[in-house]
Amino acid sequence: MAATGTARGGRAVVGAYPRIVKDPAALPVAPNLADYEAARRAFDWREARALLDGLPGGQGLNIAHEAVDRHAAGPRAGRPALRWIGRGGAARVFTWRDLRAETNRFANALRGLGLGPGARVFTLAGRIPELYVAVLGALKAKCVASPLFSAFGPEPIATRLELGEAEVLVTTEALYRRKVEGLRARLPRLAHVVLVGEGGGGTAVPGTLDWGRLMAEASPDFAIPPTDPEDMALLHFTSGTTGRPKGVVHVHEAVVMHHVTGRNALDLHPEDVFWCTADPGWVTGTSYGIVAPLTNGVTNVVVEAEFDAQAWYEVLERERITVWYTAPTAIRMMMKLGAEALRGRDLSALRVLASVGEPLNPEAVLWGVEAFGKPFHDNWWQTETGGIMIANLVAMDVKPGSMGRPLPGIEAAIVERGADGAVSVVEAPMVSGELALKAGWPSMMRGYLHEEARYRKCFAGEWYLTGDLAMRDEEGYFWFVGRADDVIKSMGHLIGPFEVESALMEHPAVAEAGVIGKPDPVAGEIVKAFVALKPGHEPSEALRRELLGHARRRLGAVVAPKEIDFRAGLPRTRSGKIMRRLLRARELGLPEGDLSTLESDER
Amino acid sequence: MTRDEITRMVAEILAGIAPEAELSAVAGDADLREALDLDSMDFLNFVAALHERTGRPIPEADYPKLSTLDGVVAYLGGTDA
Repeated sequence: MAATGTARGGRAVVGAYPRIVKDPAALPVAPNLADYEAARRAFDWREARALLDGLPGGQGLNIAHEAVDRHAAGPRAGRPALRWIGRGGAARVFTWRDLRAETNRFANALRGLGLGPGARVFTLAGRIPELYVAVLGALKAKCVASPLFSAFGPEPIATRLELGEAEVLVTTEALYRRKVEGLRARLPRLAHVVLVGEGGGGTAVPGTLDWGRLMAEASPDFAIPPTDPEDMALLHFTSGTTGRPKGVVHVHEAVVMHHVTGRNALDLHPEDVFWCTADPGWVTGTSYGIVAPLTNGVTNVVVEAEFDAQAWYEVLERERITVWYTAPTAIRMMMKLGAEALRGRDLSALRVLASVGEPLNPEAVLWGVEAFGKPFHDNWWQTETGGIMIANLVAMDVKPGSMGRPLPGIEAAIVERGADGAVSVVEAPMVSGELALKAGWPSMMRGYLHEEARYRKCFAGEWYLTGDLAMRDEEGYFWFVGRADDVIKSMGHLIGPFEVESALMEHPAVAEAGVIGKPDPVAGEIVKAFVALKPGHEPSEALRRELLGHARRRLGAVVAPKEIDFRAGLPRTRSGKIMRRLLRARELGLPEGDLSTLESDER
Repeated sequence: MTRDEITRMVAEILAGIAPEAELSAVAGDADLREALDLDSMDFLNFVAALHERTGRPIPEADYPKLSTLDGVVAYLGGTDA
């Protein structure tokens, strides 16, 4: 594959910014991973596994045991495990002992509803404590937990509940009324909907159960049954170029990765106060917003409110956050506000800054130094990898603009696909190709739910193919080049163009729709749609707004297009596929590339 | 500008960003982002449009003041008349 020809989003930043030199010996807290090379050489997955306890009596491995029960039974039982800060400023603290009782109650409640191992328990809620209890409680009951992003509109919610064969949904009364009630007829498998009332209060909605009552009636004692490390634990949805979203299957064994990357990549120490700003509706918000801090025994701060720079600085200062894991869009918004906004703040507790979601531009890495006295450490991974794979580390020099180096235990390479589908490793430095990882780490996805063919396509020989194009420099740092497909990355969220196009096509005026990612200085990319109308419909501002409203109602603000343009027709291949690549090249004034498959051009 | 004029302007701006939003159903002190399902890009676009329509410079530090309709009215010095 001519990788460079299909890349997008590429930037020539390599070496344009001075490297940030680290002196591990001078760090105030000795890093868990002090010598990268030595740690790589010495790394052994069995030792990583030995950092965890396993279920008592050698009965297997369960994420919730490592995150909750083992600390609740140990010296950390009375320490704050979860510090929740509500939208109005109210705070709630759960010690590990509290968390054990709450998650036990929910596990018992699920059992009482007749749900056994493998049953799919979905959540659709903002970052409220009940969400965290539901996910961990479901894992205890050996159910599969699948947190959905609460900003999704009804259509993405329905699609995911259907694909994931949801049997239970935990949501809030407000979200239920707005987004779920009207879907019930489409979801015959969804046997139980559990509602959390406003501010944690009670509910009484026909066809649903009340969280508070369910929990009050359940026992706080529960013993996790024997759990095979290969039992399905988490289901996260991600978007592809074509077709429906993919349900990425993770197993309990993934906790080995969550835990060890918390230590190695985020440098979590027992006294840390950790804040991951991601929502559990995305994989980061589960792997690092729920699991990794708890297994590592650090206090996990959860902030319910959405981004607001001043409010975030307030949290950093008041909560004495030591390790902060956030995202490029937020960092760029803070940059717009300027470092002056931090003047007078006491952020002396802050030790590690990390970022994920999309490549962090070098200016933002360096702005960390200006504003916080330390760089943002960019790292790379994806829903399918389950945990951080490649990272800039606390004790390793940072090359601004680079995603860092593969973590101990992770083998990464740049590969080229041959005509026969086999791949070969590109050894030469700074040559663009597909980023590949040697299969077999604990949190590697075990499948796309009911999509065996799509799953198999991700692998070539011993390599997992990421779909990202990158380069590796002579020191082994990786540099992101672009996506190999049409998937859109907006504000750290992966958006499948097909899902957006399908929603637009449902409108009676729309004949064709093509959706692309348009570069944006803050969001990375925004979703832009091109629409061709059916005969009898004319482009107008009123119709543009109608389509925009239609898409937003169905998809929610984060997935719906931000811009819609009308076209008389869209460019298609001979097989009838819309050439998004061409739409994008034209939108950006880029070379149009190979047009040999173009059958009908846009008008 | 009066409160009514400002409310009308806000409604017009939102019609271009989130046409499905029903501003009339939102309490004056409710968070617009939450009540109308706006994401952070929508909110940035909203503030940019406010700036464009009024000609008033709106520094980033003031954005939190614009999170409710009451806040927008107060910020733009709306009168009760």
